Amino acid sequence: MTQRRSVILDLCVQAEFHTLLLLSLYLLFAGHNQPGGGFAGGLVASCAFGLRYVAGGSSALSRSISIPATTFLGVGMLFAILTGCVSLLTGHEFLESAIFSADLMVLGTVKTSSVLFFDIGVYLVVLGMSLLLLQQLGGADGTDPDEVQP
Amino acid sequence: MSVLLVLPIVLPLLAAALAIIAYNHRTLQRIVAVGALIAVVADSVFLLLAVERDGVQSVQMGGWPAPLGITLVVDMFSALMLVISMVTVLSVLIYAIGQPGVDQDQPVFHPVYLVMTAGVALSFTTGDLFNLFVAYEITLAASYVLITLGGRREQIRSGMTYIIINLLASTLFVVGIAWVYAATGTVNMADLAVKIAQLPSGTQTALSMFLLVVFGIKAAIFPLFFWLPDSYPTARMPVTAVFAGLLTKVGVYSIIRTQTLLFPQHRPSTILLVCAGLTMVIGVLGAIAQNDMKRILSFHIVSQIGYMILGLGLFSVAGVAGTVFFIFHQIPVKTALFLATGLVEQSTGSTALSKVGGMIRRTPLVAALFLLAALSLAGIPPLSGFVGKLGIIQAGLSAGEYAIIGVSLVVSLLTLFSMIKIWNGVFLGTAEDPTLRLAASEGETRLATPLLMRGATVALVGVTLAIALFAGTLFDLSERAAQGLLDPSAYIEKVLG
Repeated sequence: MTQRRSVILDLCVQAEFHTLLLLSLYLLFAGHNQPGGGFAGGLVASCAFGLRYVAGGSSALSRSISIPATTFLGVGMLFAILTGCVSLLTGHEFLESAIFSADLMVLGTVKTSSVLFFDIGVYLVVLGMSLLLLQQLGGADGTDPDEVQP
Repeated sequence: MSVLLVLPIVLPLLAAALAIIAYNHRTLQRIVAVGALIAVVADSVFLLLAVERDGVQSVQMGGWPAPLGITLVVDMFSALMLVISMVTVLSVLIYAIGQPGVDQDQPVFHPVYLVMTAGVALSFTTGDLFNLFVAYEITLAASYVLITLGGRREQIRSGMTYIIINLLASTLFVVGIAWVYAATGTVNMADLAVKIAQLPSGTQTALSMFLLVVFGIKAAIFPLFFWLPDSYPTARMPVTAVFAGLLTKVGVYSIIRTQTLLFPQHRPSTILLVCAGLTMVIGVLGAIAQNDMKRILSFHIVSQIGYMILGLGLFSVAGVAGTVFFIFHQIPVKTALFLATGLVEQSTGSTALSKVGGMIRRTPLVAALFLLAALSLAGIPPLSGFVGKLGIIQAGLSAGEYAIIGVSLVVSLLTLFSMIKIWNGVFLGTAEDPTLRLAASEGETRLATPLLMRGATVALVGVTLAIALFAGTLFDLSERAAQGLLDPSAYIEKVLG
């Protein structure tokens, strides 16, 4: 049975989607010294895609993202593990963190640590996992019983 | 040197990441997975050599010093477990690639299998109680996927039992860690070894028994084994084989590690010996009552765990050395038995004793492989099981524990009986099932199985024969492992510096 989409929900999701993604990126970068981090950021990004799914079913989800969810998962894992390996290659212990600071003219002095790359990995893994979950909810044969028409 | 300790965990995880990116490229996934595991096997052999030469190896994650940071530490016991489990994991992976319908239809098989490998490697190398919990969770999360892979009805049903019992055990584990932390203020095992010794003896006993129950569920010792024969046989054969060989042994490893390092004793422990005896007897009696190869072998997993706990319960160098050697032999033997069973299932479609028969004429190779592994399991000289059991029995006799040794000898005979039962049912005799008999009468006397499946089984049986051949060297190493376990001063000094 197909239903009409809710216009209010649709418009709200369109307005919120990119804002939520930006917020998730803010949380990711702020996470080292402030509330946030890769996990929280990843969850907020997942919420953005979750809203897309709620508003338009799995076809809306697949329209909003073309990269396979497994790629997010894999690249995220690679990021996290390679961050650990880099410190190993530079003669330190596995996962040992280093702090960099760079003078970016407009932004002033930006201090960051190698933990950020690990956090990016976590962000991608959480996002990939949530996307996989949402896609699996659509049904094994690729059809979604809750599919709604635009 | 620190790289060697990290690689058994990092390489499988790295390969898992690549394998999941190559989601629909099976050949690429296979190359990455096999390549990573070959590298891990090589790495663990180097690690064993390093430990043999220089003693205990340790490294601090992220450079944070012990006891605050997470320690990875490998002593002789860990190194031996790591080598044999990684060899087994590699053989089963090759078997799984060879078996039609295991990794072909399941893009997640390779990534999940590699994550499980990383979890097992971390369990053997971690020197931190909470990190051990993390290692368990990594292994379990992957095993939940593997045990229900394929999604048949009975798999989901028994998978639920498996998941619920393991979630319960994990919850108890966290509670146990909280108690340990509340009592001592640390979770670093070397630090705990120092601090638990200063606690009142009542607290020590409570913590020791609580952790014994937690790991007892994972290791399937009596009376906490009921979940195992129910859940293992329903999975695909390579999965059952690797679970049977490895996962319960990770539980046994943790029991041995915690009972020797955190709660050292110098007299035989009655409660462990009683548990060991009951585990052996109930396991073997359960096996005798079954009429399916997979279920018989699953009950034998439980029964053999009893021998390991028996050797530990003696708390003597000879007893623990026997246990170390016995686990080292059990991991490949048990896995090889399941792989051989898988070959029978692959060629006949069944593992029920009543349905299959006369396999010795149709697949003589499988019959020979099964016979070698089965006799080794039963402890027939000169195979590897004999050496392990002999070590444990001698230790028991010199400790004066005659009753439990008597029990273990009877259980050994019953094990032989139950292996003969499989032999008579499956390899001798004739098939009851009319379709199978038809296949045999149509001149199809040799049933073919994929080359890789046979090759992997041959390799693993070869490993068990090699264990028998080099029993002297390996028993020396086991003795050194036992000395290190019962006198952990080198371990503690290496970690705490």
